Amino acid sequence: MAATTLEPASVDGDTFLDSNELVLNMGPQHPSTHGVLRVILKLDGETVLGTDCVIGYLHRGVEKIAEDRTYQQFAPYVDRMDYVAAVSNGLGYCMAVEKLLDVEIPERAQCVRVILTELNRVASHLLWLGTHALDIGAITPVFLCFREREEVLKIFEKYCGARLTTHAFRIGGLQYETYDTFEKDCVAFCDLMEEKVKEYHDLLTGNRIWVKRTTGVGILTAEDCKAYGVTGPLLRAAGVAWDLRKAQPYCGYEKYDFEIPTREGADTFDRYIVRMREMEQSCRIIRQAVDALPSGPIKGKVAKVIKPPPGEAYVSIEAPKGELGYYVVSDGSLKPYRVRVRPPSFVNLAALDKMCRGSLVADVVAIIGTIDIVLGEVDR
Amino acid sequence: MEQLLANPYLPSIVMTVVIILVFPLVAGYIVLAERKVLADLQVRLGPMRVGPYGVLQPLADALKLMIKEDIIPAKSDRWIFWLSPVVSTFTALSAFAVLPLSDRFFVADVNIGILFILAMSSIGALGIILGGWSANSKYSLMGSLRAAAQMVSYEVPLGFATVTAIMCAGTLSMQGVIHSQLERGVWGAFDNYGLMLVPTVLFIIAGTAETNRAPFDLPEAESELVAGFHTEYSGFRWALFFLAEYAAIVVISSLGVTLFFGGWLRPFPNVAWLEMPLNTAFPAALFAVMGLGCLKGVPRQVINGFRLLMLALGLGFLAVGGLFLLPAANEAVIGLFWFLFKLAVMVYLFIWYRGTFPRFRYDQLMDVGWKWLIPLSMGGLIVNGIVQLLVRG
Repeated sequence: MAATTLEPASVDGDTFLDSNELVLNMGPQHPSTHGVLRVILKLDGETVLGTDCVIGYLHRGVEKIAEDRTYQQFAPYVDRMDYVAAVSNGLGYCMAVEKLLDVEIPERAQCVRVILTELNRVASHLLWLGTHALDIGAITPVFLCFREREEVLKIFEKYCGARLTTHAFRIGGLQYETYDTFEKDCVAFCDLMEEKVKEYHDLLTGNRIWVKRTTGVGILTAEDCKAYGVTGPLLRAAGVAWDLRKAQPYCGYEKYDFEIPTREGADTFDRYIVRMREMEQSCRIIRQAVDALPSGPIKGKVAKVIKPPPGEAYVSIEAPKGELGYYVVSDGSLKPYRVRVRPPSFVNLAALDKMCRGSLVADVVAIIGTIDIVLGEVDR
Repeated sequence: MEQLLANPYLPSIVMTVVIILVFPLVAGYIVLAERKVLADLQVRLGPMRVGPYGVLQPLADALKLMIKEDIIPAKSDRWIFWLSPVVSTFTALSAFAVLPLSDRFFVADVNIGILFILAMSSIGALGIILGGWSANSKYSLMGSLRAAAQMVSYEVPLGFATVTAIMCAGTLSMQGVIHSQLERGVWGAFDNYGLMLVPTVLFIIAGTAETNRAPFDLPEAESELVAGFHTEYSGFRWALFFLAEYAAIVVISSLGVTLFFGGWLRPFPNVAWLEMPLNTAFPAALFAVMGLGCLKGVPRQVINGFRLLMLALGLGFLAVGGLFLLPAANEAVIGLFWFLFKLAVMVYLFIWYRGTFPRFRYDQLMDVGWKWLIPLSMGGLIVNGIVQLLVRG
């Protein structure tokens, strides 16, 4: 791993090579690197001259494991990548294999998939909000966010027995029928959430310190986003209304009426606002999906033994953190020949250095928070 | 024996010993109060395991810290590493010498009391700077650099606000400041037709920064610098830093209470008919409510020992409440009650900030200090001086 080759950094064209430079190793054991990210910072006083990310501390070889598991056996593994948004991962993988099999998914299964995925999006954003606020020094929101996230996890638990790594979907549809009060629980959660989002706004949005700490921090313009392949809320906060749920609808998203929140500032504060509004939009989708929940079968016509014809399929979906892609290659056997994941966290993290240069140490922490990484997904 | 009792320094020595013995426990309970208040703000319960409702938690914490392995990093500057928590604690506790806990409980009433407190709190910063530097860790170093810059910047508005109050009072003696507020018939905060509110607010802000409390807790910014200047400290040395921090909070709060909120005076000290409700009924009712609350909690405890403890606490509070109904006892402790009550309100304010505000960034901290607090505090000083001169002659 060629990690520590930081060339003399330049800020505004000035090259710094004086003896005041300090190389600071941040992580992998550091309270705000969200797990086991290691960032090597080159500092001049408190000003960041350059950063270098060292990743791989959580590498488990998930993609290689796939080659030795059957298609169904591998499905629970994908939950362990972005464990904060396990449902989205499951959806992406199942859709990729379904594309290989060319199987049609029943309406009801699609609808339940949308509800669970959107619930998971809210849960993921809640965890992001809590930890991000904690990084910036506000210690209270994290507890409020966990209180609301608990309600989502309870719905997951009632639905499939697991709270975090849910393995909620199966190739071809769903394993379980919804439980009796599923619809009621979902609507109740939306009611709760719409009320609590106001509480978060009260606590943070109007707070001068919060606004000062986030405005103008970690700017990543739309051009930079495209250059780095950055997607998700970072791209939308730069003014690009790119959301795969609208751009190339899957799973029946074209039926629901929702907006893509965008902002023009491309900074940490705008990403915060975008994610807050995304939570509201997710609730809107959940309400519509619950209303429109059709009856019928929950699993398409899939054989017990999954043996897709030789070929390849790429499916990308809008995960909470950005574009999540699954590329599955089949050689006609019981096991995938190759599974390749395009994780949003990994791609977005690449822009860290661009966002950090010239800012202060405290901003690095805020920027790592605003990228919203999950190291399980970065390292895989 | 006769000679010993006649020693004029005896009361001071007794008070000193009492403060040094009792304060670590008090600091422990301030930590517990902080954890409980934060828990309340954050929809949780806080410590609940050690003793009923966690009331014995500070003792357990102290015991744990004392028996922890004492680590000195191999490449640190051993002697300075050893010295710095001592410096911090020593200076913070020294400042207690001039705190006017009441009209009769104090160690010394010297004519430069306020100057002494400011001097001690400045030297306290030295402990933090040395501690961060001697640990030979980059995080510690950055924490202590921040501490140095922050102390220098925020001592100026703190000083200006203090000077404004001194100017109103006309004395540097802590007791003298309180007596002058009694004579003028108004708390320092509302003096000069309310203009003194400006230095009062500035004092609270600068005092928060001076004690390294959120939102100005940059020297120990957990999410950036892990633990800042005390990253490498553990066990009892770390506890000493903590003790120093809480001592500093108490000292700065006491200074604020003395200068701006009438010290041990009751609210509206010149309104005679408030004597009974405020000086007798209020404290008695307060302790009665606390005592009854504890008694109500007795049946909820499962362990017999905990029940006894709750019962004892409840009866104790009721007894203290009863004390305020006896005129002789009341007269002896009412000053102390008001001082500690105001102190508690100030400390609550500090905890409340911590639960509410995000942390400032280094450059923003400097911005706030130099561009807002210093000009405002200078303006406050000048305007209050003019008003003082014109109105009071």
